Amino acid sequence: MSAPLSAARNNRHWHRRWDIILVEASLALLGAIILIWSLLPVYNMFLVALDPEGHNEFSWDIWPRRATIDVFVALWKADVEDVRDIWPAFGNSIYIGLSVMILTVLVSSLASFAVGRMRLTRDWMLSSVALLTYLIPASTLMVPFLRAMHIYGLTDNPLAVIAAEVTLATPYAILVLLYFGKLVPTELDDAARIDGASVFQVYLHIYLPMMAPALAAVGTYALLFAWNDYLYQYMLLTSEKHTTVAMALEQFFDDDDAPWNYMMAIAILYSLPPVAVFYSLRRYMASNLTAGRH
Amino acid sequence: MTGAPRPLTRREPRVFRRSWPPVWHRRLYGADLSWSIAFITPYVVLVAAFVVYPVGYGLWMASDPALYAELWADPRYVRAAINTVVFVGLAVNIQMVLALLLSGFFIRRRVWIKALLVVYLLPWTLPAVPAYLSFHWMLVAYPQGLPDNLLFAFFGIEPVLWFKNGWRALACDVVANVWKWLPLWTVILLGGRLAIQQDLYDAADVDGASPIQRFAYITMPLLASLYVASTLVSAIWTFSDYSPVLFVSGGTPAFESEVISSLGFHYALDFANPPLAIAAGLSVLPLLVPALILLLYGIRMMEVQL
Repeated sequence: MSAPLSAARNNRHWHRRWDIILVEASLALLGAIILIWSLLPVYNMFLVALDPEGHNEFSWDIWPRRATIDVFVALWKADVEDVRDIWPAFGNSIYIGLSVMILTVLVSSLASFAVGRMRLTRDWMLSSVALLTYLIPASTLMVPFLRAMHIYGLTDNPLAVIAAEVTLATPYAILVLLYFGKLVPTELDDAARIDGASVFQVYLHIYLPMMAPALAAVGTYALLFAWNDYLYQYMLLTSEKHTTVAMALEQFFDDDDAPWNYMMAIAILYSLPPVAVFYSLRRYMASNLTAGRH
Repeated sequence: MTGAPRPLTRREPRVFRRSWPPVWHRRLYGADLSWSIAFITPYVVLVAAFVVYPVGYGLWMASDPALYAELWADPRYVRAAINTVVFVGLAVNIQMVLALLLSGFFIRRRVWIKALLVVYLLPWTLPAVPAYLSFHWMLVAYPQGLPDNLLFAFFGIEPVLWFKNGWRALACDVVANVWKWLPLWTVILLGGRLAIQQDLYDAADVDGASPIQRFAYITMPLLASLYVASTLVSAIWTFSDYSPVLFVSGGTPAFESEVISSLGFHYALDFANPPLAIAAGLSVLPLLVPALILLLYGIRMMEVQL
């Protein structure tokens, strides 16, 4: 009597084990696919950048056959005709990126403090205005935008690009800050006000510190936005001394004889700052934002 | 649909409800009013100077009905309009469905899955121009781009002319767009999944629910509003995103894979016809406005959090 029972149990045991192995194997397979999918274009950048002639592909190779870092050395020295002006371009991109980041955090935190905490108007009105900004495609907005910049006297001026990018990054930042502002109790503000703090002191000493993780998230977003943008830089900046890296990359793209290894090396270097900022702030943002939810 | 998720979610954001009288009855006076007006002034000035004025100017420039007749008569525009619907429809839905499924993968508590998530976020953090240029070079380097080499090495497939016709080129743009934005939506839906109470799944297990039943009767109903809101936001963003088409396929061959936002770019720059570019952009508004109204309504009614 016990023999068939234990056989059945054994059988079930085997089934369970096979189930687990099957699940683990499919998870591992999915993981491998995700890894290749995420890294393939990045790997391609390195493959081209590390090749001395810049067309490693024309050899049926999946691995770099003769990898050199000559291209990066030449970039560092900036002694090749195509990349002579690359470091000033990096300077321009960093200047625009940091300005957009700081100004977006400033403008969006002030606006969401006035509406979310001071309750100047209902907050959905502000978020509606914010979302309406995204209604018109950027490629449509840019022509009237260019004319407006002529009128404001900001032609060929990095300030025009900064203004455009801050204007387009701020609405999303306001949505995020309004949402996270609701997680911070207003009792703190009231307590500070009773103790005689001014509105500005409440903003500076309570709102900003409490919202620090959300502000870091918004700042990262603004930096990524400025770094992603190409259209406004291309349209609004014309002189060579204002060239940004995104514009330099596009010039390579338009030029049929461009050395692709230099282009991909610049692309890799250009990708480093946002990746570094994102990964260094990621843990901070995640831990504090979830901490705020309890 | 609005009330159901309330008592079920864990880590519910504690929204501090305003007390009576309602906010809009409580007036700000004196110094408070001046301070809050001063605080919102920078944003109002930015919006007035860099959104309201250019948009008004653009509407005025594109107010001539003849422009729209001209657009309609242009076969490039008609093709771009069809392409836009195909591109946005495919890109948005593919990335949202994949994000929904992959968020279920990334929620598993394994060390290697956490490490994989770090790598998985890389496409999202990469700047658009370099990433799309890498796609372009992989695909355009016929007959020996990296995908061709991989397909040949592992499956013996002959090289493919990726940009041979408009549809194939558009499919490449869709893949590049999905690659770039999939991590963002996966993380957002992952956050939504993390907010669902574990008790619900435990109870379902006790009742002998299959994984599919758990997904269909617990996960999906609770994620529905977030999923719909994300889809609408993604659709609005994808509509106005010119970069995948401009940099991956470049509209090749012969404007067959252009979308409206990238075609507007060519109208303005290459054909030196700015009013036509604005008219092309405004012609998508009949599709965008309903999406935006739905979204705004959703934000108010369901308190959907972006």
